[in-house]
Amino acid sequence: MTLIKPTRRAFLASTAGLVIAVALPQARRAAAQAQGEQNFAPDAFIRIAPDNTVTVLIKHLEMGQGANTGLASLVAEELDADWAQMRAESAPADTALYTNFAFGIQGVGGSTGLANSYTQMRKAGAAARAMLVEAAAREWGVDASAITVEAGTLTGPDGQTGTFGDFAEAALDSEVPADPALKDPSEFKLIGQKLTRLDSPGKSDGTSEFTIDIYLDGMETVAILHPPKFGATVASVNDTAALEIPGVIRVAQIPTGVAVYGTNTYAAFQGRDALEVEWDESGAETRSSAEMAQVWAEAARGDAREVEASGDVDAAFANAATTHEAEFVFPFLAHAPLEPLDGVIQLSDGEAEVWMGSQLQTVDHGTLAGVLQMDQANVALNTVYAGGSFGRRAQPASDFAAELANVAAAAGPGAYKLLWTRENDIRGGNYRPLTVHHLKGALDAEGKIIGWQNTIANQSIIAGSPFEQMMQDGLDPTSYEGSTQMPYDWPAHRVSWARMESQVPVLWWRAVGHTHTAYSTETFLDELLEMGGQDQVQGRLDLLSAEAGRDRAVLERVADMAGWSGPGTGDRRMGIALHESFGSYVAMIAEVEDRDGHPFTTKVWCAVDCGFAVNPDVVISQMEGGIGFGLGTTLYNEITIEQGGRVRQSNFDQYRMMRIYDMPEVEVAIVNSENDPSGVGEPGLPPIAPAMANAWRSLTGATPRRLPLQDAGV
Amino acid sequence: MSLSLTVNGTTREVDVDPATPLLWVIRDELRLTGTKFGCGIAQCGACTVMINGQPTRSCVTPVDTVTDTDITTIEAVDGPEAEAIQAAWVELNVPQCGYCQSGQVVSATALLQAIPKPTDQEIDDAMAGNVCRCATYARIRSAIRQASDTLEG
Repeated sequence: MTLIKPTRRAFLASTAGLVIAVALPQARRAAAQAQGEQNFAPDAFIRIAPDNTVTVLIKHLEMGQGANTGLASLVAEELDADWAQMRAESAPADTALYTNFAFGIQGVGGSTGLANSYTQMRKAGAAARAMLVEAAAREWGVDASAITVEAGTLTGPDGQTGTFGDFAEAALDSEVPADPALKDPSEFKLIGQKLTRLDSPGKSDGTSEFTIDIYLDGMETVAILHPPKFGATVASVNDTAALEIPGVIRVAQIPTGVAVYGTNTYAAFQGRDALEVEWDESGAETRSSAEMAQVWAEAARGDAREVEASGDVDAAFANAATTHEAEFVFPFLAHAPLEPLDGVIQLSDGEAEVWMGSQLQTVDHGTLAGVLQMDQANVALNTVYAGGSFGRRAQPASDFAAELANVAAAAGPGAYKLLWTRENDIRGGNYRPLTVHHLKGALDAEGKIIGWQNTIANQSIIAGSPFEQMMQDGLDPTSYEGSTQMPYDWPAHRVSWARMESQVPVLWWRAVGHTHTAYSTETFLDELLEMGGQDQVQGRLDLLSAEAGRDRAVLERVADMAGWSGPGTGDRRMGIALHESFGSYVAMIAEVEDRDGHPFTTKVWCAVDCGFAVNPDVVISQMEGGIGFGLGTTLYNEITIEQGGRVRQSNFDQYRMMRIYDMPEVEVAIVNSENDPSGVGEPGLPPIAPAMANAWRSLTGATPRRLPLQDAGV
Repeated sequence: MSLSLTVNGTTREVDVDPATPLLWVIRDELRLTGTKFGCGIAQCGACTVMINGQPTRSCVTPVDTVTDTDITTIEAVDGPEAEAIQAAWVELNVPQCGYCQSGQVVSATALLQAIPKPTDQEIDDAMAGNVCRCATYARIRSAIRQASDTLEG
């Protein structure tokens, strides 16, 4: 039972004649593209088959965030389709057709998937609808305006009816409307409703296909051994013992380490374990993470580059009746998607086809072609469901795609599956940066906050990466985002950044800078409000600027949901936090109790404003997921680099995962501000840790200042 | 070494190293790909299968220790409990990335087969070995409760 995957070329050939019903001739497509910056190419997104299924090609990786359901629902709405006839498929890598308008490349991240597709996919659906109607009008000999469409059925003025499938081929001859009219939101039937996720059935019965599930004829499985320290390289390899293991085919040194090729996974893993490798550690990072944290802390206490300021901060502190100061240390973190990084490549003479959970297709595609020294046109990249990402698969330098291509190039024509182990993953770097914050607050005699200062020290994620152009005048906003542009009206404030250096590769990790800035700002503010004798909710409301209406709405809503009347006095205390990220506003209240000296979160109330909520149930699920992911991380997770440079943790026995018994009850309310949709994949994470910590401070008198809580002795 | 396994009701002959974890025999040899690899050390539960009805981590189970057992993978979990669980999983939109869900469904099915009306504590205990990195735990609990209710009626 071998699964033969159709090639992309075969796929295009078969669909062109058979199932593409909404096609756009090249010349017209070019004209349509010229009309607007957003590509208008309904045939690139929608296939209507004679069997009446409507398949939407999804330009973004489905990694759990609901891309397939979200984008398909936009098409279905304007098409007036029946949700049951909708299907979703990952689009091939093609930057011109499948650009993310937020980035200018094909790829997704920063919770931009739904927002950048909102108009594009609706237009595609509306165009397809118009073409089907026109085809029906021709066949029935009636005016197109006399035809109605509802739940996938076209109805004519004399009671004629037809399905989309009936007109799938005839619609090929219809004019493509250049700028199809879109519905008014008041007419939405599917958008705004709870829909069954298109990927739920396959993910509930084991039939959904991930990269790891692809088996090609004659495919070899490849395990990889990486250097034990960041910056180390291979000095010499003794592969004698490895090659003696039955099923081990060959061993090859590649730029990132040593690859072992096996006839099956077990052989490859055993072969890897049998390798004897001498490493050249002369250029390796040898500092421990504790040592780095001290260096970072010193920098955060000193003068750093100012990134945002208002008022006279020095005067505010000089005139303060009371000042307060705190230092926070946030560890390196691994993303640990449950599907370890993996990819499949079929290499033949001058051509290659790749399957992987590619999050930045444009970058991965270019890298694959570059490493293989092929024209990009001869490399097909197929995007496959990813078993989680949380930022890990959005690689600015395409490290994994490059490693996969090197594995194939080192062995020659053939089929290969490169499969990382959990140890490769946990020790693989690309961590959330180790970060230190130093905060100072100034209160006047009435307890009012008159000064705020925050200095942040960490490595830059984008400096030195192919995304360096995102730097703003030497500043990397991903390092401190969330500490700037706060909704509070400080009389005087200053935020500064100290850029740190190490050889530990760092990467965006679900919610990026907001993972630490929300924690320090919302716990420190909570302490200042308490020092000033103010209520944590009312105090925040009083501080919110006039422009912070959306912040105000979610804060008031969550306080109402939880019946807030202060943190409480009993065994269970409440803590609150408010944080905007990626254009979405989220407030949370966590109810926490002390269980044997550890915080246990019993319940979380969450109010979110993500603009118009296209798929409310997906919004709720992303809030639930953000809460669980954030709680587990705050309680348990850190990557520790030992003195000498080795990573202490290697698998889930030491890098502890949140489990079902840690999960609180969650209640989510969507506050519809009627703004355009914004993302939800990340914004649900930042507020939970400070909300929980604020409740914990109410119980114990102290805010944990060093994460994770477990490490802080909590 | 040639071994005989009973997987999903069918006897299969495989020629493998007897120490090979059952997970890799199921996937690489039998090409039943619903069962996943997450950690290799029985910490995450993505590889959960039933052995004689008991949820078991196949990534640390040497294949030669289960030759005389009934092995059931996600592809063949069936019966009223499995149907109720899978229906609830779809209706409540439990999966996000979905990678762990085969293991979750196998564990949840085994739970309802053993305890048709589990308490919240029994749900937490039975599902404690299955990690969901997307943290769909709230919905997993709800779906198990809903499936349990369905079975009653």
